[in-house]
Amino acid sequence: MSGKFKLMIVDDSTIIRKVIEKNLAIFNVELVAMAADGKEALEKFKETSPQIVTLDITMPEMDGLTVLEEMINIDPKVKVMVVTALSDKATGLKAIKLGAKSFVGKPFTEEKLKESFQNLLNQLKSGE
Amino acid sequence: MKETDLHFFIDSTVNYFEEITGYKPITGIPYLKGAEPVVLEYTGIIGISGKRKGSIYITASGEMLQTLAGIILGTKEVGSPEIKDLIGEVANTISGNVRQAFGTDFMISVPVVVEGKAKDIKTPDDIQSFVIPLTWQDHKSFLIVCLE
Repeated sequence: MSGKFKLMIVDDSTIIRKVIEKNLAIFNVELVAMAADGKEALEKFKETSPQIVTLDITMPEMDGLTVLEEMINIDPKVKVMVVTALSDKATGLKAIKLGAKSFVGKPFTEEKLKESFQNLLNQLKSGE
Repeated sequence: MKETDLHFFIDSTVNYFEEITGYKPITGIPYLKGAEPVVLEYTGIIGISGKRKGSIYITASGEMLQTLAGIILGTKEVGSPEIKDLIGEVANTISGNVRQAFGTDFMISVPVVVEGKAKDIKTPDDIQSFVIPLTWQDHKSFLIVCLE
């Protein structure tokens, strides 16, 4: 174990997965899994036990909010950053209520993504 | 659909391109879609359900999407899978963002992508479709909004 935080990226868009991976590579994280739909996300979550997950909402098989609930049930300590085009306040509040620690609307800038991720990492480090 | 609702889609589209690339697209005057097809090389389609019903699609050239994907990924090596993926993601983001105006009852589907210049994209006959012409960095594309 390298002492890095284990990261999983979930999004049905290949391009978005690549962009998130590229931008988060500067942090002290190890990418342990990527998934393109909700069902695959839960399977890989159980297999790899990531500490941090970036999670899309609109996905095939199972939507991200259902996945979020399942992930929190499996590991209440997991830090989930929702990254979604459903950027309205009500969806953001729902995600936070379900246990997400951060909410980033698409389209996002590299700066916004990194800033939100840094806040998430700080929470993880401080044991919040 | 009221014509004023089109502003939400125009704002969402302009915001997408500006946020991602730093360049705003120029939007043309919207018009009612007639019998003539409005289809370019790649099309991303989103179904709308809930309080409002219909569909939204954006259609663009491969050249435009290659340029856009290049900016997003920071590389010139962009293949057909990325281009197809991108048009779906653009459609998803533009549609998802208008929930800020229409509320959470505005439900969007996952994108369906059509590659190649189809004869046309079928939309419900009983709902008017509006065409919003877009020009981004000299590339032309069209956003079609077909909503109850």
